Amino acid sequence: MSSVASVHSLWTVAAELPGKIPAPRIEYVQLSPTLIILGAAIVGVLIEAFLPRRSRYYAQVLLTVVALAAAFAAVIGLAAGGFGSSKAHVAAMGAIAVDGPALFLQGTILLVSLIAVFTFAERRLDPATHGKRVDSFAAQAAAVPGGEAEQAAVKAGFTTTEVFPILLFAVGGMLVFPAANDLLTLFIALEVFSLPLYILCALARRQRLLSQESAVKYFLLGAFSSAFLLFGVALLYGYAGTVTYAGIAEVISDGARQVDPALAGTMGNDALLLIGGALVLMGLLFKVGAVPFHMWTPDVYQGAPTPVTGFMAAATKVAAFGALLRLLYVVLPGMRWDWRPVMWGVAILTMLGGAVLAITQTDIKRLLAYSSIAHAGFILAGVIAASQDGISSVLFYLAAYSFVTLGAFAVVTLVRDAGGEATHLSKWAGLGRRSPLVAAVFAVFLLAFAGIPLTSGFAGKFAVFKAAAESGAGWLVVVGVISSAIAAFFYIRVIVLMFFSEPKADGPTVAVPSVLTSTAIAVGVAATLVLGLAPQYFLDLAGQAGVFIR
Amino acid sequence: MSFPLLTATAAVPAIGAIATAAVPAAKRTAAKWLALLFSLATLALAVLIAVRFDPGAKESFQLTESHAWIRDFGVRYDLGVDGIAVALIALTAVLIPFVILAGWHDADPLEGAEPNRRWRPTQGFFALILAVEAMVVLSFEATDVFLFYIFFEAMLIPMYFLIGGFGDRAGGRGEQQAAAQRSYAAVKFLLYNLVGGLIMLAAVIGLYAATADQLGAGTFSLTQIVEARASGALTLGTGTERLLFLGFFFAFAVKAPLWPLHTWLPNAMGEATSPVAVLITAVVDKVGTFAMLRFCLQLFPEASSWATPVILVLALISIVYGALLAVGQRDIKRLIAYASISHFGFIILGIFAMTSQGQGGATLYMVNHGISTAALMLVAGFLISRRGSRLIADFGGVQKVAPILAGTFLIGGLATLSLPGLAPFVSEFLVLVGTFSRYPVIGIIATVGIVLAALYVLVLYQRTMTGPVKAEVSKMPDLKARELVVVAPLIALLLFLGVYPKPLTDIVNPAVQHTLTVVDKTDPKPSVKVDAVPGSGRHGQTAQTQDVEAAK
Repeated sequence: MSSVASVHSLWTVAAELPGKIPAPRIEYVQLSPTLIILGAAIVGVLIEAFLPRRSRYYAQVLLTVVALAAAFAAVIGLAAGGFGSSKAHVAAMGAIAVDGPALFLQGTILLVSLIAVFTFAERRLDPATHGKRVDSFAAQAAAVPGGEAEQAAVKAGFTTTEVFPILLFAVGGMLVFPAANDLLTLFIALEVFSLPLYILCALARRQRLLSQESAVKYFLLGAFSSAFLLFGVALLYGYAGTVTYAGIAEVISDGARQVDPALAGTMGNDALLLIGGALVLMGLLFKVGAVPFHMWTPDVYQGAPTPVTGFMAAATKVAAFGALLRLLYVVLPGMRWDWRPVMWGVAILTMLGGAVLAITQTDIKRLLAYSSIAHAGFILAGVIAASQDGISSVLFYLAAYSFVTLGAFAVVTLVRDAGGEATHLSKWAGLGRRSPLVAAVFAVFLLAFAGIPLTSGFAGKFAVFKAAAESGAGWLVVVGVISSAIAAFFYIRVIVLMFFSEPKADGPTVAVPSVLTSTAIAVGVAATLVLGLAPQYFLDLAGQAGVFIR
Repeated sequence: MSFPLLTATAAVPAIGAIATAAVPAAKRTAAKWLALLFSLATLALAVLIAVRFDPGAKESFQLTESHAWIRDFGVRYDLGVDGIAVALIALTAVLIPFVILAGWHDADPLEGAEPNRRWRPTQGFFALILAVEAMVVLSFEATDVFLFYIFFEAMLIPMYFLIGGFGDRAGGRGEQQAAAQRSYAAVKFLLYNLVGGLIMLAAVIGLYAATADQLGAGTFSLTQIVEARASGALTLGTGTERLLFLGFFFAFAVKAPLWPLHTWLPNAMGEATSPVAVLITAVVDKVGTFAMLRFCLQLFPEASSWATPVILVLALISIVYGALLAVGQRDIKRLIAYASISHFGFIILGIFAMTSQGQGGATLYMVNHGISTAALMLVAGFLISRRGSRLIADFGGVQKVAPILAGTFLIGGLATLSLPGLAPFVSEFLVLVGTFSRYPVIGIIATVGIVLAALYVLVLYQRTMTGPVKAEVSKMPDLKARELVVVAPLIALLLFLGVYPKPLTDIVNPAVQHTLTVVDKTDPKPSVKVDAVPGSGRHGQTAQTQDVEAAK
């Protein structure tokens, strides 16, 4: 509460005595992961402006990798320094929480992004144009697809090295999102990571129209959901007279103590709380991709450049679930009996909807998109548990899931024909004969998605279902295993296609990637198997990180 | 610390699988020998287990190993064997070398196929067989419910690739159509078993939640849970216990398979190569019936008694239905598959009769059915590969052309119909007696299965082996040395265990008694003394019971 008071006094004092504004206290060290990333992003923009075109790629890749690694090191340092447990506190005048879940999620996001950068930087897959190696991104994003300017840009061998600073901005926003401790910070973080993602989606080198369509769709729906979220923030402010999480939680549990005269008519009005809470939840569920807010997922996943899809599918989910957890566990724990039934419904719809809709898909990226929806449903089952086990199981699931997803999308970038990536499922027939290793690796990822024992997917699924069952949501677990069974069907269908179908004569080839994508895939496989065979260490980590600071 | 024998028995085939898979494409034969070597090493270890196992010991599990694994889930790496597990591990270890030998050429690349440096089907075939063996052995050894579940589920994956990837090459169908049917069978196999497994997962989680709630810390240890239930520290509500039991039982009934969850088996066995079909029915499916004994009965004794009437009726339907459909089959392999369904009905009947003869018989039946089906199926496989057809109608008069083949086929068939003197007779008799002493009507109906078995086996033999020699089979070669090496020991085992089952019963019976004490059932006393009402209908019952005691 002291920080709340200080924010208020900042404004009231500022109105009266302009000379005495106290400087806000910012804990730079504890915010260092975010600051490193955002600082590096700005340096990246400067590189774009001042470095010659030929050296930009190397400079950007180096900068991005170093920044992500440094930020990860900072997170480790903070966690080792006890900020995840004993020293957990609220920093930056109440705006950011530095606690176990925040650090765990930030670490996960940074690791995932680090691996995603490898797939972003891959330049071996697309055939070289005019003697220059190119990546998955458009030569010149602003050029009209198929127009003269684009042809000129392609001929000149341009590449969009801007993707790296844009990625860093997105990562910066994602780092703040699960740590945000007031609703305005939450909203700003949301915008900071969403806007770069919209741009990244539009940047595919091949099938540019599809890519731009996906970006527009994502942007429009995303803007819509942001508006919902903002509206909800306003209503909650009307209800509680404050935007800080702790402040709202206090008003919910104890009722408003000091009524702000300007808000006298609204404070403590439960209608505002319920509607506002629902709207904020809606905004977060949109980012998570839960049914019925999932419509954007398949189109965006399909249209976006595959490395971006992988990054989005993994990192966005981690960030958004982190924010959702904090909102439900810190702001609305007193409302548990109101939000739990709703979330039950959403979780059931999401699990079943994602699994059932995935069955009819014929495009591998759309299939993985629906699978990600189904997984969002499984994670929601852990969120609903509303216990410390629930938090740690969700944290573990997110970490396990994001590595599998990244790896799977990295494999998708490898299977190519003349038109770029061959994402139509029929083209994957007989891949197991052509390149057994790639097919086997992809099969491992699919089995992990399906939750077969000895993979990370099983450990994660078991953890969330266990948490749900212990909190009395037994029937949710039953629905969960039924939708797992449905989901298993389409994962297996892909395996059947790859291994038991005859390869087609004009089938796609598997490009030989450079060490970058190979590393990404190898890390994905390693994480899948390690988290599946020996999950105890990581469960411990997630368990220690499972306490929110209030 | 003593030598971890149980781990080693599973680790050897697992290492063998990796080693075999790593053999380069050109060295196909080396891969086969390597796989055979590893399977023989596993057999040696299994024999060592049987030797070091002490049937008279008091502990419920011997040769135990226990290590922490996933503390957060209450999961331990707990291994241990009782007599039933020892017998089944021995069965697995005995059969795998024969499966490998019988499948020696099944996974060779087709003639005229273009050489592909990366595609190594032969190595894959044998590696997958060894992987299945490792997982089956571990699931027999696991005394931690979660550990068992993991391997119970994980073994589906290599099985799935074995069924879908390496089909039967017999039949006039084109490769395209055969591949389509194969992948259909494989997917059906996987989906049935996966759904069963996932439903079991819900029950496993429910069990954990119950133990975590009442014991303070969640546990999956079979011995701990059984003790806690016996001492009253862990009480499950009637409804909860029944739901959990059903969750477990459903998965095992799919695997076993019990009518009406059996429909995947004929497809899978029909489309797979004969050695893989043996692997399915003689080895992998036994995990299902074994798990009923070890987990369903011991974890949920009350619910087991509650469900017994329904399960007995389903088992009865399996017996009769499987036998009837076997009579009507035109495809040799599907006939054997339906015969297996009938036999699994007997095994489940024996388990849920809840008598020592019934359960002892069921355990013997698992072993004997494994051996007899292996013998019949593998010879059938040799027969089918010679003619290139699975249809009964395509054969005729084989015994004149290939007498040894026909003879071994006959012995395998006679074992399947439980001819006295061959091993399955003892077990089938025990099961029937065990059932009869508690449920006379069901016992009587079940005997119909034996009659029908005689029908389908003898008709099969008559149509394929006797009669005028068909033109297509007139050049059929007799069994080769490799094939004889496969069949002869199996037949010898059938004869030996048929005449002298004591080594097996000695190992199995104490474990069965233990299970029965957990379930809290005692054998029903013969209701009427033999001499009390001479000549009455009850006479047979008591007399049979005595016969059984004598047979043991």
